[in-house]
Amino acid sequence: MKLSEKLKEMVDTSRRELQARDSKSHDPGRRRMLGRTLAMAGAAGVATQAGAQALEIPASAKEHGRPMPANEYGMPSKFEAHVKRRRTDVFVNRQNFSDWSMTPLHQQHGIMTPNGLIFERHHNGVPDIDPDKHTFVIHGMVRQPLKFSMSDLMRYPSVTRFYFHECSGNGLTDWLTPRSKTVQQTHGLLSCAEWTGVPVATLLEEAGVLKEAQWALAEGADGASHARSVPMKKLLEDSLLVYASNGEMLRPENGYPLRLFTPGWEGNTSVKWLRRLKLGDKPWHLRSETARYTDPMPDGKWRQFSMEMECKSVITSPSGGMKIKPGQVEIMGFAWTGNGTIRSVDVTLDGGRTWREARLEQPVLDKTLTRFRLSVKWDGAPMTIASRAVDSTGYVQPTVDDIKKVRAIVGFVQHHNAIFPWDVAASGEVSNAIG
Amino acid sequence: MRSAKVLVAAVAVALAGCAAGPMGSSSGADASASPRLGQPVSEAQLAKWNIDVRTPDGLGLPPGKGSVADGKKVYDAKCLACHGEGAKGGAVFGTMVGGIGSFKTNTRVLTPGSMYPYAGVLFDYVRRAMPMNAPQTLTDDESYAVSAYILHLNGLMPANGVGDAKTFAALAMPNRDGFISDTRPDVKAERCMSNCTPISSTRGKK
Repeated sequence: MKLSEKLKEMVDTSRRELQARDSKSHDPGRRRMLGRTLAMAGAAGVATQAGAQALEIPASAKEHGRPMPANEYGMPSKFEAHVKRRRTDVFVNRQNFSDWSMTPLHQQHGIMTPNGLIFERHHNGVPDIDPDKHTFVIHGMVRQPLKFSMSDLMRYPSVTRFYFHECSGNGLTDWLTPRSKTVQQTHGLLSCAEWTGVPVATLLEEAGVLKEAQWALAEGADGASHARSVPMKKLLEDSLLVYASNGEMLRPENGYPLRLFTPGWEGNTSVKWLRRLKLGDKPWHLRSETARYTDPMPDGKWRQFSMEMECKSVITSPSGGMKIKPGQVEIMGFAWTGNGTIRSVDVTLDGGRTWREARLEQPVLDKTLTRFRLSVKWDGAPMTIASRAVDSTGYVQPTVDDIKKVRAIVGFVQHHNAIFPWDVAASGEVSNAIG
Repeated sequence: MRSAKVLVAAVAVALAGCAAGPMGSSSGADASASPRLGQPVSEAQLAKWNIDVRTPDGLGLPPGKGSVADGKKVYDAKCLACHGEGAKGGAVFGTMVGGIGSFKTNTRVLTPGSMYPYAGVLFDYVRRAMPMNAPQTLTDDESYAVSAYILHLNGLMPANGVGDAKTFAALAMPNRDGFISDTRPDVKAERCMSNCTPISSTRGKK
């Protein structure tokens, strides 16, 4: 077998390992796996670059690259093919229309999530809507009901804002016992993007809001006609009619051609494929805000309209499924809050007995993912690591123990913003340590 | 919304404004620059879109009616394949029957009977989203009927019952008073740096 074929086989083997259901799909892991495969190949007689050997000129420097196509939508390197959204493997739905897929937070660099990796939650699949046929309507308690075409909407003065976006169900499988393996599975109903659109306030002003109007029903054009009641205060304050993310039109799975965006609020209030806002004086109390997206309370009741996603953080590296070596370890993660900006993040290496302040990486923006980092020396003894964020309101991220005192954690519970620990074993293997 | 919460939100906005500088936190709307391109439309023109029910008082429940008996026929033809015989759970989804009284136990069973505070929640959801493979194809009468059938299976309507705007608006659902509005922040953690309580009190005790 020729060397090039051998190398191709090794890369393919590594890729197959990584694409396996419970692969350690993290960049350092991938490199380690490649290293291991290469070492094995070395034993079989293929030259390696290990040790004191001189570096050879890489093949890429001795041949044509790929020719440039006449036109193309650029894709990630084929060596990054393992970086994908994944559905949860804890709760397996028997249909994939009302389902969700998660962002690989441990493979995200910087604070913006690429469009193809923004998490998904649909209630009846992804519609393919022709923007030339899409109509958006404002009606109900307004002086004049109005309809808008997409081309008209896009002529309005637009704003561009950076915001995280999180599903209220993020983490619902992992409150009391570890069920998910990776941070993609425990926290991946979370993304962050640059959103472009028209302030809802501009269009509401044009329709003329009657003074009795206190709420609006936002409804999508999807097969679930997903709908939520949203207070007028939020719509007027900072909500957007978004048509673009990260510099291009929304992807179909993220609401193309038009969605509501309610910054910092639970994800499903940012209704995708938005086709109407109906103003009223009271909330509608639909299934999506009574039977779903509500929190069980200890007295047998349910708490609804828990809109703001409260301050939260998680260590993304090292995290579940990874393996570290003794020596210098870069602890990295994300912190975010729907109530302002991140003020500080602390990290513990001893299960919460002592904490030290991590460094926040710039930029630190309102309602945006904030990166933190702490370099530590690991002596190889087992440890439990976690992060704890504080936001600009002074709110300190709680533990599950704290939350358990005031809410009932029974079944799949929403609004899980608790401190999330990872165990690091003496072997260096990292695993979910919630509960 | 509670006034205390509004105050907290106002403080958050003020602080965020300081931190974020020119990004600020307002929507940045400049209504004076609006091209005002909205086309007038009448509520009559929107009739087919205007399907929502304000469930506490049933505002928006349409004319029409459907019996429990007719509802079983609709259910068996269009719902049973996923939800199972007698709505007890099927190939795709779990039970839609029972669970009333389970919310003070550790295994809360969520069904339209146990969970929905108003009958209009069920009608609204059936009409807007069911059946999943052909939503918004049921007539209003069929939506009333299949809703009545599911309410009957939960012991909330008699076998000879008929669902319509009046009966659904008046029906006292078991979970009618089962909801409270957001009370967060409901925890007040401290930023302890040393000699702190470990993250979990139950670790290794299960």
